[in-house]
This record gives sequence, structure tokens and C-alpha cells, in this order.
Amino acid sequence: MCLGVPGRIMETTDVAGMLMGRVDFGGVSRDVCLAYVPEARVGDYVIVHVGFAISLVDEAEARRTLEVLRTMGDTLDQELSPEQVLGGAAAQRRPG
Amino acid sequence: MSTVDPTTGTCPVPLVDTEKVMLGHGSGGQLSAELLRDVLAPALGAAGAVGVAEDAAVLDVDGVDLVLSTDSFVVSPLFFPGGDIGALAVHGTVNDLAMMGAVPVALALAYVIEEGFPVADLRRVTASVGAAAAAAGVPVVTGDTKVVGRGAADGIFVTTTGIGRRLARARVSAAAARPADVVLLSGPIGAHGMTVLTARESLGFETEIASDTRPLHRLVAAMVGAAGPAIHAMRDPTRGGVASALNEIAAASGVGIEVDEHAVPVPARVAAACELLGLDPLHVANEGCLVAITAPEAAEPVLAVMRARPEGRQAVRLGEVVSEHAGRVLMRTLLGGRRVVDMMVGEQLPRIC
Amino acid sequence: MKYLDEYRDPALARRLLDEIHAVATRPWTLMEVCGGQTHTIVRQGIDELLPPGVRMIHGPGCPVCVTPLELVDKALAIAAREDVTFTSYGDMLRVPGNATDLLALRAGGSDVRVVYSPLDAVRIAGQRPDREVVFFAVGFETTAPANAMAVLHAHRLGLPNFSMLVSHVLVPPAMTAILDAPGCEVQGFLAAGHVCAVMGWTEYEPIADRYRVPIVVTGFEPLDLLEGILMAVRQLEQGRAEVQNQYARAVRRQGNTEAQDAIRRVFRVVERAWRGIGTIPGSGLTLTEEFAGYDAETRFAVADITAQENPLCIAGDILTGTRVPTDCPAYGALCTPRGPLGAPMVSTEGTCAAYFSAGRRPLPRPPAPARSS
Repeated sequence: MCLGVPGRIMETTDVAGMLMGRVDFGGVSRDVCLAYVPEARVGDYVIVHVGFAISLVDEAEARRTLEVLRTMGDTLDQELSPEQVLGGAAAQRRPG
Repeated sequence: MSTVDPTTGTCPVPLVDTEKVMLGHGSGGQLSAELLRDVLAPALGAAGAVGVAEDAAVLDVDGVDLVLSTDSFVVSPLFFPGGDIGALAVHGTVNDLAMMGAVPVALALAYVIEEGFPVADLRRVTASVGAAAAAAGVPVVTGDTKVVGRGAADGIFVTTTGIGRRLARARVSAAAARPADVVLLSGPIGAHGMTVLTARESLGFETEIASDTRPLHRLVAAMVGAAGPAIHAMRDPTRGGVASALNEIAAASGVGIEVDEHAVPVPARVAAACELLGLDPLHVANEGCLVAITAPEAAEPVLAVMRARPEGRQAVRLGEVVSEHAGRVLMRTLLGGRRVVDMMVGEQLPRIC
Repeated sequence: MKYLDEYRDPALARRLLDEIHAVATRPWTLMEVCGGQTHTIVRQGIDELLPPGVRMIHGPGCPVCVTPLELVDKALAIAAREDVTFTSYGDMLRVPGNATDLLALRAGGSDVRVVYSPLDAVRIAGQRPDREVVFFAVGFETTAPANAMAVLHAHRLGLPNFSMLVSHVLVPPAMTAILDAPGCEVQGFLAAGHVCAVMGWTEYEPIADRYRVPIVVTGFEPLDLLEGILMAVRQLEQGRAEVQNQYARAVRRQGNTEAQDAIRRVFRVVERAWRGIGTIPGSGLTLTEEFAGYDAETRFAVADITAQENPLCIAGDILTGTRVPTDCPAYGALCTPRGPLGAPMVSTEGTCAAYFSAGRRPLPRPPAPARSS
């Protein structure tokens, strides 16, 4: 169930105790519930699913992923480890 | 008309509900085609048109090729950015005539109005009809008005009927596409359908997309002037979008069509609205562009003529006609893969997954 | 659009494809779990661009297509009531029950409305106190926070006329069921990025360990999928079976804890039937005791409606990869997107529907003669 679209928060409001915001999706905007991303600020990008922001876009991670891909073909012999692909941020395993 | 599976001969599957007409039957997709094929054509019997369904009929009247077309318009909301039901009714019929290579001569106008409909809105719709007809250079010569009880109609329904004279060198038919022909598209797609969909208050979207509704007969006249019978087929991709228009031509002509995804012009806002609602821009309705199939040597001259006119400024070469996979439309994807471009099954519904 | 267009770059996709071709030395079978991922794979023709040995099995698709016939029939019974305004995501409207679907009910005069968000259903309930407003709450974990908030918000506003027909499903138990099925050929998973945006990926770590399968949390754009496939193939080639996160721009290991709190407050885990697959323990959500009053199933006394799935459907085998849609006698004839029997044909992203619309019909790409001119 996965149609989630990234959009930019234009303004935030409180509607009957619920944090709401106007989110712009490349020229189309809608009121979106921000209750699940209380840390979000105007200007942040969020992933929106059925009118709810479910995640804050990590802009640094987004850039890093693309950078890794852009340099991939250039460094032919350099085997990419998963840590590199992920910019060292993830690939975590449960201990044990 | 298209069947469920033109290449394998699988029988068309029965409708889920054959007893009642559903909204999807009017959406220009597979259900519309089946309603025409299974219910309307058989009932008309010998009195019905023979052969391929076209946007308009060509009638030989004492040696003159007259073209006749009729269309009913129901749209909610009645007034939307870029147009309204009145302008739409004029452009729709003018364009249906144009797709058969005709210059419109005159229009007839009929209203079905719901009791209680504001006279101010009726004035506004009619003024829009008048302005659109004047701009297109086509007089409204006759008409009819009916009023029905509250609830028996949704505000106002508009029907326009148009008569036109076929341009001397025009020989277009949805059945006339040939392998090696080139597929042209006159401009960006999806604006009308997404304008109407996002203008519906219930979805809660706000955008500055405006309908592309406009008359195309002058563009067609220029194209026919440049290439005459080398223009084999034309369609305005209204309901069901470019996907339906191409599938109808492929089916009627018994050819395959291949288009390039990177060539499809989708305005950024239309693309964004499609992302949000999970819709394919190729399925979204247009009111101001056309698809043309031309002989290979005519493609560049026709494109040049199209780009010289405002309504064709952003015309593109979309793909070509092939002899393989007859009746089917394939797209070469951005990544270099291939996929089938199907007709929409029924009503266009926002998806969440 | 920012954060979408960059991830569709054909040149970068080419590099990833080259890398996958370079890394894959043996055949591997992967499953993408989410229908949204299947959508991208099929629409971009990605499976045809992969090395011949790397096979993608399309997973359970989406909650719409796994909603059991029984629940669709319950929805239809409720929506047919004169006092009910029935609200739903657009997807559910054409899912057929035993005899009809919601679109046909609407054609017959029932008040059935498409909403974009469950909060729209709550708003309608506020505007129409004279109507019973029912929301068809389907979804994976991605949608559960939204549907939970609809209940919490209705509760806060004191709307006695709002209720929900709940058909929530959970992904990890379904993955386990697929891995437990005899003959299952799935060797690695692309986990559903937006499910994990809500839930994180700790639940997947025991699965990767126990079944020795790589699980890569993956996004939905072409570059995401190609990178997810590359990461899974690389693990398989190296004999690793770990949980990795390709979709780092949207997914954190712990997920969205605020959203998880709301889910836990409103819903509890129950056994749930999956259309064409069967009952999977602990794979569904229903309302907790505190919010049981919002359960449409009880309010409209439809709990005793039962329905029989079609025995011809081989959905279970499709999902474990032991058979492909064209192996099914019903495929393309008795079972089509217009008249589907099981989950994989119901949604446009189900395996069978995706095959059908991509033209992989019973005779793939036949040399059809062009009609003579």
C-alpha cells in the first residue's frame, strides 16, 4: 500500500488539536496531516500517503545516494560495499 | 472496436454487471467500447453505421463530402480553470469534425437543464458557447432547450451537433494507419482531465493547471494543406486519453504502434497531480491536442506546419506504426524496457497503492 | 518533482544495470513485496533488462487485492443500506465481491464516495450527522497510522455516526508464510519502503536470520529498485543474508515511532485471511477494545457473512514463485482484470494483472499478421 509522494511543507496549522500543513507537490498542493512528523518545519520535505506525512525526507541521505550512483561507473574496479552504497548510515544488523 | 485480447483470440469477458450502465461505460475506455459494440450497434441494426467507429461520419450528399458529428457534454464542475461546459461543447464537436479532415460549417445546440439552475449560470454558459463559436468561426444555427425536474439532471447537460465540409485533399480514417507511418502529437497532454479532477472539491487539491480546451480545425486545415492524403489518421485524445486514441487506431487499422516514453510531453503540474492520484497521464483526457498518423515522408513537413501554429507549437514525434503486435500499443520506456499501453478499463479512480 | 525525477535518470539506471549484470554470476529469484514496486518494475520493463537468471517474483501486491472476498461482501452489504454513506479509497471500488462491486452499487443508487484521505471521511461524518458514514479501512502498515488517526479524530470530535470496516494486513507474517510454503523459490526480498518508513526494519532482522534471506528495504523509483536488486544480488553472491536499507532518504531503523504509538492505541493484531492465499496468523489488525464502538462490522451486524473463494485460483503458488500466471488454467479466460478470481489479478499491480496488462497473455508476443491493406 504504497503510493507515497514527496512534497514540501509550505505552512503549518493546528486543526482541532491536530498538526496540519499545506504541502506542495511540484505545483499541486493539499492539506496534509503532520501529526506523525512533529519535528517537521516549513520548508522540509515529507513523504505523504493518503493525506498523512509518514516520514521526513533526509535530504543529506538523498544526496548521498545519488552521489554514490553518479560515481559508480567512474570507479570501475572499486567494488561497492553495502556500507558505501548506504553512505555508512545503515546496513545495520540485529546484534547476535 | 477493441476486444479484450486482439492477438490471442480470447473471448471478451462478460461484464461484472451487465444489468446497469455504470460511470465507467462513459469513460472512453474498454467499457465504453464494449457498450457500443455489444449494446448500441446491435440495437441499431441495419440502421447503424457500418464499419469502424470514427469521431464523425462522412456523408456523400450529391457529390459533396459532408461530415456530421454529435456529442453530449456533462462535466462537474461546470466552470473550471481554462474553460467551462459551454466552450467545451463547441470545441468538442468542432474537433470531432476536424479529426475527419473537415472545416466546420455550423453547429446546433441543445440544453437539458435541471429545475432550479441559476439563470446567471445559464447566461454564463451560453455566453461562453457564443464566444467559443465566434472564435472558431462557426455559427450556432439552431437549438433546443428542455427543463427536467430537480434531481433528474446535474445542473445542465449540453449537446452540440456539427456539420462540416471535408477538405478536398483530406483522406483520414482510424483504419488507414500503415506500417512505417509516423505518430505525431500536437502538444502537451493531460491538462484538461487533471484540471477537472483536481477542481473537484472532494479531493482537496489546489493547483494552477488549466484546461487545454480549444478548437483544432485551423491546425488540421494547415496540416491537410501541407500533406493532404499523406495524413492517414487523426484522433483527438479526449476521454481515455492518448492511450485510447492510439489503441483505437491500432485496432481499427490492424497494425501495431510503438511510442517513446521520453517523447511524451507531460507538463510538470500534470505529472505531479498524476503522481499524487496514481494515474497514468496517457489515460487522462485532453481537449486541445490531436494525434496524427502520417506517411513517413510527410512527418517532418507536417510537424513544421504544426509547430508554426500556436496550438501545435509543442508538437512532437511520438513513435511509429509497425506491422508486429497488431492491435497493440507498446511503449519504449525511459530505461529502455518495453511495456504495453493498455486502454483504461473503466472509470479513472484515484489509487492509494 | 524533487526526490522523484532524480531517481528516474536513465543514465544512472544504465550504470546500475551494468553493475547488476557484472555482479550476478548465478540465477537468483527475488521478490518485491509491494505492489508499488511491481508497478515500477512492470511500467519500466525492468524485469526484461535484468540478467536472464535474475528473476523477480511479484509479491502479495497490495492490501486492496488481498482483502478477502468475505470482507468485500461485508462492505457491499453495508454500502447497500439506505442510511449509509460508504467512503473508500478509489482502489477498492472495482474489487468484485461474490455478486457485485461498489461501483455497481453506486450505479444502483447507493451513496458510495471516493475519498483521498480517511480524514475526508471524518469530515463528511461531521457535515452529515443524519447519515451513518462508514470508511473502508484497508491497508498495510503504511496506511494504518492514517486510519488510526481517523478514529482518534472522530473520537475527539465526538462523531457517533462514524465507523470503520477494518481490513488491515501486516507484511512480515505474509513474508514468513511465503517462505514457509513448500517449494518456495524466493531467495531474497525487496521490502516495501513505505511500510518500513512507518515500522522500521527491526521486524525483518529475525526473518533474514532464520531463513537466511537477504532483505533490502527498497524505494519505488527505478533507481531505487535497481539499487535494491543490486544490493540483494550482491548479498546472495557473497553468501550474506542481512537486512539492508536502500531507501535511506525515507526510512530509519526504528521507523516512525509516533505513528507506531497511534497504531498500537487504535488497533490490535489478529489472524487475517488473504484473498487467494488463506488465513495467516497474526497478519491483520482490528480495533482495540477502547475503540470497538467504531467497528462497522459490529454496528451493522455483518460479522456472520461468509464467502467461498474460487478453488481454481492458484494465487498461493503464484506468490511463492512455484508457478507463473500463464500456468493457471483460469488465467486470461475465467480470470482477467475485469473478472478476477484471486488477489494477484484484482489490483493492477497484482502479479497476474501485471502480466495481463503487460501483454504476457497465454501466448506471449505471437507473430500476429497485420491485416492486409
